[in-house]
Amino acid sequence: MFLAALTACAVSALLVLARIILGKTTFDRVLAVNSLGTIIVIGIALHGFYANRPEFLDIAIVYALINFIGTVAILKLFSTGSLKGNNK
Amino acid sequence: MDLFIDLLTGLCFFLGSLCIIIGACGLIKLPDVFSRIHAAGMIDTGGTAFFILGMIIQSGWSLITVKLLLIGIFIFFTSPVTSHVTANLAREKGIVPVGKKIGKLL
Amino acid sequence: MKPLILFVILVCLWLLMSGHYTFLIISLGVLSCAFCVYLANRAKLIDDEGLPLFFLPRLLGYLMWLFKEILISNLNTAKAIISNNIKPETFTVKASQITDVAKVTYANSITLTPGTVTTKIKNNTFEVHALNTDFGNDVRSNEMDKKVKLLEGER
Repeated sequence: MFLAALTACAVSALLVLARIILGKTTFDRVLAVNSLGTIIVIGIALHGFYANRPEFLDIAIVYALINFIGTVAILKLFSTGSLKGNNK
Repeated sequence: MDLFIDLLTGLCFFLGSLCIIIGACGLIKLPDVFSRIHAAGMIDTGGTAFFILGMIIQSGWSLITVKLLLIGIFIFFTSPVTSHVTANLAREKGIVPVGKKIGKLL
Repeated sequence: MKPLILFVILVCLWLLMSGHYTFLIISLGVLSCAFCVYLANRAKLIDDEGLPLFFLPRLLGYLMWLFKEILISNLNTAKAIISNNIKPETFTVKASQITDVAKVTYANSITLTPGTVTTKIKNNTFEVHALNTDFGNDVRSNEMDKKVKLLEGER
């Protein structure tokens, strides 16, 4: 059962990866990277259950945090050209 | 009782897999950035909600349940923020959405 | 009062996440939580926006309604993607909330239901992008706006 769910995660991760390669604009790629991160968080938690090692859930929490911060940081860098301060 | 729990988990995983695969297909198929955000939102809300519900049913009451709930709450609060930031920046950089426009836009 | 509530929330989070219940680890956790609350208090981060306590009494009912709405619109979005019924439209709606926290809650709720996204905000006007006309009519009927207005309470 967990193996089937992991397979579904892998298939949709491949589809999202195709969008990252095809994407016309930067925003398409950033959006697809964020979705890929969400799928990977689910995959890490599922693998923790499949291998009977619940420590993987901590890694999933940290991955979700870093996914959010990374997406916002890339968009800010793309918007203002630098990461410092709140200069518009 | 064990069989019942397994069946319920399997149903949740089936619905969640359907959600993320349809969302990924939509991400490939839809015409522009603003429409693709809807497909990404489907992965973020429907997929995670069903998978985490399934894992909570499987794990029973323990510290694992709390950690799973924390992952769910965190994705629930951050997913609209990333969607809105992406859409807002795309509008500010001058990408005009395809389709009908009603009234005067901002 | 508010720093105390933040301190209790942080200590609960520490106890849930750590899993080791010895005297040394718990005392280290309490010390670091107190230091965090001191820093947040000194930076004046603890106000109505950082810790919106006036939401709490009616929040549970709203969240139940929001989950039901997310489930329904997930189904509708899946149907629209499969049957290729895609006619995107962009329009503006007025928000009737007063405080900033309530406006953010309304905009986030619109974005969280798949099929509608808030793309721009200026003062009281939101610009919304919808996947097809049904989703647009859902937002234009102002049902969610009234629920969030109720959540805000008397002002």
